[in-house]
Amino acid sequence: MIEESVLSRTLHRALARGGDFAEVFAEDRRSSSATFDDGKVEELRSGRERGAGVRVVRGETTGYAHTADLSESGLGEAAEAAAAAASSGAPGATIVPLTRRAARAPHDVKVLPEGVEKARKVDLLTRADEAARAEGDAVRQVTASYADGRRRILVANSDGLLTEDDQVRTRFMVSCVAVGDTGMQTGMEAPGYTVGFEYFDEHAPEDIAQIAAARALSKLNARPAPSGKVPVVLKRGAGGVLFHEACGHGLEADLVGRDASVFRGRVGERVASPLVTLVDDGGLAREWGAYAIDDEGAPAQRNVLIKDGVLTDYMWDLVRGRKQGRASTGNGRRETYQHLPMVRMTNTFLETGEDDPEDIIRQTPYGLYCVALGGGQVNTATGDFVFGITEAYMIEDGQITEPVRAAQLIGNGPETLLGVDAVGRDFDTWAGTCGKDGQGVPVSSGQPTLRIRELTVGGTAA
Amino acid sequence: MSAGSARDLLEIARGVAAMAGPGEQVEAYVLRSSETDVKVFDGAVESLAVAEVDGVGVRLLLDQRQGYAWAGSLDPDVVAETVAEARDNAGFGSRDESLGLPDRADVDAVIAPELDLWREALLAVSAGEKVALALEVEAATRAADARVRGVESASYGDGAVEVAVASSLGIEATTRRTMCSVASFAMAGEGDETQTGYGFSVGRTFADLDVAAAARDAAERSTRLLGARQPASRRLPVILDPLVTRSLLGLLGAALSGEAVLKGRSMFVGRDGEEVAATNVTLVDDPTLVEAYGAATHDGEGVPTRRVDLILDGRLQGFLHNVYTARRSGARTTGSAVRGFKSTPAVGARALHLRPGPKSPDAILAAVPEALYVQSVSGLHSGTDPVSGDFSVGAEGLMVRDGELAEPVREITIASTLQRMLLDVVEVGNDLTWLPGGSAGVTLLLSDMTMSGV
Repeated sequence: MIEESVLSRTLHRALARGGDFAEVFAEDRRSSSATFDDGKVEELRSGRERGAGVRVVRGETTGYAHTADLSESGLGEAAEAAAAAASSGAPGATIVPLTRRAARAPHDVKVLPEGVEKARKVDLLTRADEAARAEGDAVRQVTASYADGRRRILVANSDGLLTEDDQVRTRFMVSCVAVGDTGMQTGMEAPGYTVGFEYFDEHAPEDIAQIAAARALSKLNARPAPSGKVPVVLKRGAGGVLFHEACGHGLEADLVGRDASVFRGRVGERVASPLVTLVDDGGLAREWGAYAIDDEGAPAQRNVLIKDGVLTDYMWDLVRGRKQGRASTGNGRRETYQHLPMVRMTNTFLETGEDDPEDIIRQTPYGLYCVALGGGQVNTATGDFVFGITEAYMIEDGQITEPVRAAQLIGNGPETLLGVDAVGRDFDTWAGTCGKDGQGVPVSSGQPTLRIRELTVGGTAA
Repeated sequence: MSAGSARDLLEIARGVAAMAGPGEQVEAYVLRSSETDVKVFDGAVESLAVAEVDGVGVRLLLDQRQGYAWAGSLDPDVVAETVAEARDNAGFGSRDESLGLPDRADVDAVIAPELDLWREALLAVSAGEKVALALEVEAATRAADARVRGVESASYGDGAVEVAVASSLGIEATTRRTMCSVASFAMAGEGDETQTGYGFSVGRTFADLDVAAAARDAAERSTRLLGARQPASRRLPVILDPLVTRSLLGLLGAALSGEAVLKGRSMFVGRDGEEVAATNVTLVDDPTLVEAYGAATHDGEGVPTRRVDLILDGRLQGFLHNVYTARRSGARTTGSAVRGFKSTPAVGARALHLRPGPKSPDAILAAVPEALYVQSVSGLHSGTDPVSGDFSVGAEGLMVRDGELAEPVREITIASTLQRMLLDVVEVGNDLTWLPGGSAGVTLLLSDMTMSGV
C-alpha cells in the first residue's frame, strides 16, 4: 500500500516535535451489498475507502490525524497534525528501523467475493425470498441482504513493526414479518463469518430464510413475557452476548484504568461460578471477529479472562499495555482509519461444560428459555446490563411450552456470573456489531446451553 | 477546520451529473466534514483527534433500474470509477416503476427555508481552547459534589459538514452546518457502590456551550441515584425525563417513515387517519425550525424541507417520505430523505417534537401521588420492536411519592407497547428541549407501565 521508505520518513516527521511512540495505520476497504425487499432487488451497492491515520503518543496524551491521501505529502501532513496535537517540544523517541513481520491468517479465504459475478450474489437473494415465503401465508414481508467486505490494513510504528493483514468477511441476512390475529411479529437471522464466498458452501440462503420465518411465525402465538425474577436457560449461541455485556466490557483495560469497571483490582479473585471459563480469541478461525493482526499490528491470540470462576486477566491494547509495562493481548481495534484504536473484544465465548443441554431444561421447573437475542448494553461502572430477547419460550415442569413476546432482560454482571448453575456440552456462536464510543466493530460471542439462577425479565404479564 | 463554502463540492457534483449517458439519470451526493474530538481524563488530555472526511455517493438509474456506488475520496479518478461502478451495478437491480430522482415538480412544491446553521466563529477556535473546555467540564463535574469520585469520560467534540447534491435532472442544492458539544460522565459513590450520570451541552458554536450546566447535570444525575435499590415489580404511572422522551420519539419517527410502512415494518401500517394517541398528543417533524439541531434547508435528495404534521390531537395524519416512497405510496415527497454518502436515501425525521403542554415538569410531578421517574433507559433498540410495538427497556431513576422525587431505583425494566404508551399520555410538559439527533425532549407522564424488579 505504501513504500517502506515513505513509512519511515512519515514516522520521523510524526516524532519531530517530540513523543514516545508513533504509528502509521493504513487501510484499503472495498465492500459490496445488495438488498431484496418486497419481491425486488433494491439495488447493488459498492463502496471504496482508502486512507491512513497517524498517531503520536507522548506521556498520557495521544494526537491523531488522518488523510485519504496516501502520497508522501498527504501522510506527512497527517503526521504533522498528529504531532501538533500531542505537541510538547521535547525531543522524541528514537525510531527503530522497520522490520516486516508476517501475520498468519486464522482462515485461508478460498473465494474472494470481489471475484464473484454480481449476478450470483443477486441470485442468492431471490432464493432466500422464495424459501421464507414458502414457510406459510402468514409471512408477509421478506427482506434479504447480502454483504461482503475486504479490508486490507498496514501498520508501521516507531518500535520497528511493519505488518499487514487482509480481512475478508461475508454475511447474509433475512428478516421476515408475519401477520396473525394478534398483530405483526418479526423474525431475523444474520450469520456472519470472516470467510469469502465459500460461506455459501455451508450456509444456504434457504436455511437462513427458514430460521427467520419460523421465528416470526412462532411469535404470532406468543403470550406476554413474565415480569420479575425468573431462572433463565440460554440456548447455545444465543446467550454469548450476555457475557459480552455482563462482563466482557468490564474486562477491557481502558475502562478498568479509568476506574469505570466493577472488575477493577479483582484479578486472582473468584468473580464467577466455578463453571465459568471465559475466553476472548481473535484467532478463532472463521468467526466474525477474527483477524490475523489487530489494528495496532499485534497478532490475534487466545486470552483466558476467567478460568473456572477466577478472574485471570483483562484485555489490553498497545497504549494501555505500555503504561503497565506489558504487551498488548491483540485487542486494539478501530472501526476505520478515521478512528483511534481502543480495547475491544473479538470472539468472546464461554467454554463448554459437561451437562446434557436437554437435562438442563428438564431440571428447570419454571423459567424462560431464550433462543435468540437482539443485542444489549452495559454500564461497566455499575455492572448493570440489559439484553433483548427476540425468541423465547416458557419452561414449565421441565418442558418448553409457549412462546413469549419480545422483552428485555436486566441483571448485574458480577451477580449473573455467580448465578450460572448449569453449563452444557454443546456450543454455538452469534455474529454482531459491538459499539463503543461511537465505533462499531464486528464481533462474535458464543456459549453452550446454560442456566442462570435468576434474571429480571421485563415483560408485562403479572 | 477549513473555511467552508460548498461551491467547490457543487462543482464536483455537477461534474458527476454531467456524466449521465443516454437514458440515464445520475445523482451525486458530495460531502465534506471536519471534526475535532478531545477526550480528557484525570486532568490530562487523553486524546486529541482531528479529522477531515470527503466522500461521494453516486446513484444511477437506467431503464427503471438503480445502482449505487460510493467512495471516501473526491479524487477525480476515483469519482469517475465510482460512476462506472454505479452504472455496472444498475444492471443488477430489479425494474421498479417508482424509482427515479426528484424532478422539478418535487422540488418546486415548496420554497426552501432560509436557515443560518453555519458559524464561522467555530472554525476559528484553537485546539488549545477546545482542550481547555474539556478539562474545565471534568474539573467542574468533580467540584460540583463531594460524592463524585471520578469522571469516566469528559469530552469536547465539534463538526462542520458541507453537502452538495446535483442531478442530471437539473436538481441542485447545497447545505452546511456547524455543531459542537461538551459532555461529562460522572461516577458517584464510595466503596462497593457506584452510580453514573451524564451531562452535556450542545450548540452551533463554541460560545453557545454551557460547561457549568453540563457538569451540574452529570453530578446531579449520578449522586441522586446513590443508595438505589431494586424495587418490587408492579404497574404504575411513569414520568419520562426529556432525554428518555427524545429516544422514544426516535423509535416513533422510525415507525412513521414511509419506507417502514411500505415494507410492512411499522405498527402504523393501515392506521392513517385513525386515533393512535391521546388527544393531547401532537407530533410534528419540522426541520425548518432554526433552533432544531437537525434543521436543514434541503433533504438528502436536494428537496426543500418543510413542516410535516404526523399526529394531530391524537389522530395519525400521514407519514414521512422521500421521492421513492412517495411515488410508491401515491403521495408527494415530504423532503424527508436522510443519508450519508455511503448509502442511498432513506427516510427519517430531522426535528421531531411533541407540541408542549401547559404544565411545567414540577407541576406534573406535584400532581402525582406515586410514579416512577425514569432518568435513563438502556437497550432501547434490542428491547423494542417497531413492528409489533412491544416495548421493554432497562431503566434507572427515582420513585415519585406525594408529588416529590423520593428514593432512587435501579436494575429495573419498564414495559408496555408503543401503541399503548401513545394512548396513555396524560401530560406533555412545557419544557421542549432541542437535543442532538432527529428529535426533541420534553417531560412526559404516562398513566400505566409495568415495572419489573424483584
